[in-house]
Amino acid sequence: MSPKILDPDYRLLEQIEAAGPFHAGACFQCRKCTNGCPVTFAMDLYPDEVIRLVILGQRKTVLACQTIWVCAACETCTTRCPNDVRIAELMDCLKEIAFQAGFPSPQPRISALHETFLNNIKKRGRLYETTLLPVYLLKSGGLVDKWNSGTWHYDLKLGRQMLSKGRVPLKPKSIEGIGEIRKILARRKEK
Amino acid sequence: MQLTYYPGCSLEGSARDYAESIRGVCAALNIGLAEIPDWNCCGATAAHSIDHRASIELAGRNLNLAAELPHADMLVPCPMCFNRLKTAAGALGGEHSQRYGITLEGSLPQIWDLANFFATEEVLAATAKQVKNPLKGLKAVCYYGCMASRPPEITGAKDFEDPQALDRIIENLGATAIPWPFKTDCCGASQVLSRLDIVSHLVGKLYDMAQRVGAQAIVVSCQMCQANLDMYQQKIAADWDREFSLPVFYFTELIGLACNVQGASDWIARHITDPLPLLRELKLG
Repeated sequence: MSPKILDPDYRLLEQIEAAGPFHAGACFQCRKCTNGCPVTFAMDLYPDEVIRLVILGQRKTVLACQTIWVCAACETCTTRCPNDVRIAELMDCLKEIAFQAGFPSPQPRISALHETFLNNIKKRGRLYETTLLPVYLLKSGGLVDKWNSGTWHYDLKLGRQMLSKGRVPLKPKSIEGIGEIRKILARRKEK
Repeated sequence: MQLTYYPGCSLEGSARDYAESIRGVCAALNIGLAEIPDWNCCGATAAHSIDHRASIELAGRNLNLAAELPHADMLVPCPMCFNRLKTAAGALGGEHSQRYGITLEGSLPQIWDLANFFATEEVLAATAKQVKNPLKGLKAVCYYGCMASRPPEITGAKDFEDPQALDRIIENLGATAIPWPFKTDCCGASQVLSRLDIVSHLVGKLYDMAQRVGAQAIVVSCQMCQANLDMYQQKIAADWDREFSLPVFYFTELIGLACNVQGASDWIARHITDPLPLLRELKLG
């Protein structure tokens, strides 16, 4: 198989660095990020490949990849990078750009959880865990997953235990500054 | 001693055991906690993943509220909140602060990860004086997770690849902290809800190593780690076709047990993986 010839397009790198800096251009491909990453087994591109493709301007490939969503944001890569590339932060930036540009998330469960979480805190200013899981499961289709995989059994038992152990708050708390929180979170929709 | 306190959302719900143990232990050590009035969610993983600006502003609002209190230090038990508050302090005090719709007003207290605060010489000495029921015979691994350590530019951690705070705390209580290589390996955090398969893979590795080094229990300072290691232990054991029976203690619960703080047995009764058989075996519970 002959290698694919890529035409570098630096606009993606420029767009990203303007929101950073993430120092992506400093990457010399040592792969330390990938070697220390705990979730490579669930990725389609390795972290070093994402950086390389960002430098080369392969916009569609990086914005549609699984890797940016599967990243657990554990910060091992950022911590160990010898060139101070802020890799985990770059993954977040790519998610945000992908989201704004209307790329469908290749990990709809993961993106639905983020959405559900932000909508939840928009209501009262603090997370109300009691409604987080049911709303997420209904919104994301996670309920069907649990049914199909048979794990609903375990989750139901766990839910009952959590309730009986007093770890499910039954009354949400609202903060007085809720208006400020809504203002902070409202902007995203306007983009 | 009076300190500013930012509990974070999960301590009002699923991590009630952690919240109660912190209150109980701080009262016993004469550490007063002044909760930030009207604090809000720090935004956690969701905000930094898809709305960077909001992640800084949400945490920034809390920083401004904290700056209104007179105390020089602020305790943050949740490492995720700690990390987000420190990140916001850096962003709002840095050269790109004009990107955000919030300005830091007043001077900030020093922001402490709770475990690192309890591992200072001063607090260790104060704790040692209160130990009435040393945790002799308890062999545990300390699991730190990610957010209190990484990235060090944000957290200020010096020993980010091999942290020692929890090890020092439990050794001070008479327990044995077994050295192990997975102290700061990720548990998968919020993916427990969206990709349980990933969490099962990551946490299974932790159990396996904990068991191999001879640990009877795992000690944590993060309620997300605690939830992932405690709540799904049976399920993950089934995925791995193994038997795991590893209670997952908050370090504050162990301080409570060693110092006979009232309520300690109620805190641990809220766990899913029952710690009582181990404590009875060691004649500690």
